[in-house]
Amino acid sequence: MKGIGASPGIAIGKAVVVEKKRPRLTGVILQGKDEGQREVQRFEQAVTLAVTEVKQVIDTLAAHDGSTEVLEIQIELLQDEQILADVIEKITTEHRTANDAVMEVIAAAVATLHNLDDAYLRERAADVEEAGHRMLMELDPTLKPGNLIVGENTVLVGEDITPMDILSVDITKVIGLVTRTGGKTSHAAIVAKARGIPAVVGCGDALAAVKNDDTLIVDGSEGELVVNPTPEMLKEYTAKKKAFTRQADALNALKDTEAVTTDGVRVRLMANISNAADLEASFAFGAEGSGLLRTELLFMGRTTLPGEDEQFEFYKSVALQAKGKPVVVRTLDIGGDKPLPYLYLPAEQNPFLGYRAIRICLDRKDIFITQLRAILRASVFGDLKIMFPMISNVSEIEQAKVILEDVKGALRSTATPFNAAIEVGIMIEIPSAAIMADLLAGEVDFFSIGTNDLCQYTLAVDRMNEQVKHLYDPFNPGVLRLIQNVIEQGNKFHQHTGMCGEMAGDVTATLLLLGMGLREFSMSAASIPYVKNLIVNTSLTTAREICRTVMALRSTSAITQYLQDVTKP
Amino acid sequence: MITHDYLITAAEGLHARPATNLIRLAKKYKSATSLKKGEKTVKLNSMLNILSLALKGGDTVTLIVEGEDETEAAAAIETFFKEELKHL
Repeated sequence: MKGIGASPGIAIGKAVVVEKKRPRLTGVILQGKDEGQREVQRFEQAVTLAVTEVKQVIDTLAAHDGSTEVLEIQIELLQDEQILADVIEKITTEHRTANDAVMEVIAAAVATLHNLDDAYLRERAADVEEAGHRMLMELDPTLKPGNLIVGENTVLVGEDITPMDILSVDITKVIGLVTRTGGKTSHAAIVAKARGIPAVVGCGDALAAVKNDDTLIVDGSEGELVVNPTPEMLKEYTAKKKAFTRQADALNALKDTEAVTTDGVRVRLMANISNAADLEASFAFGAEGSGLLRTELLFMGRTTLPGEDEQFEFYKSVALQAKGKPVVVRTLDIGGDKPLPYLYLPAEQNPFLGYRAIRICLDRKDIFITQLRAILRASVFGDLKIMFPMISNVSEIEQAKVILEDVKGALRSTATPFNAAIEVGIMIEIPSAAIMADLLAGEVDFFSIGTNDLCQYTLAVDRMNEQVKHLYDPFNPGVLRLIQNVIEQGNKFHQHTGMCGEMAGDVTATLLLLGMGLREFSMSAASIPYVKNLIVNTSLTTAREICRTVMALRSTSAITQYLQDVTKP
Repeated sequence: MITHDYLITAAEGLHARPATNLIRLAKKYKSATSLKKGEKTVKLNSMLNILSLALKGGDTVTLIVEGEDETEAAAAIETFFKEELKHL
């Protein structure tokens, strides 16, 4: 059975099917006013508990970068004044129990939405139903997923496996997750990754055939689920599982090893992060700091700009968490494609070519100054560096640096401490910047190559556009020449050059980039062990040889094929 | 009492996410706020009510605000319809 691999690895175990329990109407009619009042109280308490529980899940997900939008809507529905008023009226005037009242009100609401002539609104009926179920679970705890009794080597199978389901089982015995719905960012995927157990999600209706105690093979690397395997398959997957574990152990053993090539060249491997919690998690993978702290999350999901003190606390928490390791703070990188409602950015024909990132900051100096003040104030708590995104010419750097110096002056005048020698760098993600790296090098302390945007601007491809996204490829010889130029110019001017785009964590590119002279790679933390494994097993001489060969090849496909061949273990 | 008609300019209408923002906005004021489309009038305090109006892009909806801070409330909701809804 095919699904989506959401957490890598192979698990072989027994199925335990998680079923949602359906409540039944009791038809009980309440006697007397006291009972009615008690039911209203019970109902109100249930709503409070349900809201609290959802908020807890939101916090957990937020810490894992998960999407919380659906859950925010849950909170709104749980507190929906129309639903609350209808339920209370049913209890007090029709003398129904709180449970029956909730079921009837929710059923009526679901029916209303189902009858609307709009596919989107009909789907919202599922949200209302979910909110109702949450209320009912608080009113009648026997409806909660219950403490599933699980034996050793359990594979949980369900519609979706929610963080709440996980709370109800002995998670230490669960070795795999399988769900009917969901994608790579579903609840089950997040839970599985956090626990480091394999998961296959989005298996579809075929999953209904799986029964309790079926033997399951969960291949989270390939997105494959095998039900009641033949002895041959069992043997094959047992071998695969051993190989995976061996590799994982080997990678794990590398955690505290320095990333040094066999001929002694030191490379820094860092993590791209969004907050202090990410940084902490990245240390477990052996990250040596962060080459990219995105600051957008601070600005998103709210109705006003975050103030200086709020930002200061955020940067300070990251600086402290870094425990002396460097953290590159990228200033606000936002634009028409990910707008902030309170900034009233006009809609644009070409948001990627429009008013965004440093262009907004140099225009809306109030926003820029507040952010720089907060970063500088936090710079006494660790090794923070400042990085400006979307630089396309020298003048933008000059303007940004003038503002930075003004901010420093203002802090000095109030005797506010900050790191006066804070390093300043730029993202190289616009082709003009990559081409004139030699002119920009003298202006800053470091470069960081943003391969995602550099690739899309160089190739004139919107990678979200299904019809042209096949043209998006960082191994295009033109893109590689730009990258090579940036690294060479950076090294020539003795300023360090890093990379923080997706390419930095792509093992196919590691040796090529090393050969080009890149010494700092910043990536999603989970990729660090794989990249490190390649670096410690190669010499710079070999990497340079690979680079020379690649730069002589004419096509993306020839380059990719060659790199895959030399990277194979 | 203040009433005002708005044309829903967001192509996808008034979805759950903007509805959440609108309810939270309306709750900040003491005035009673409702929305009217055709014959149907609903209080602006419930996601379910707003969804059941099934507002689509191009629909006209009437805002009705009544209470001590109706001027401020109507102004804030006007900003929502005219500016924010486009970006949500």
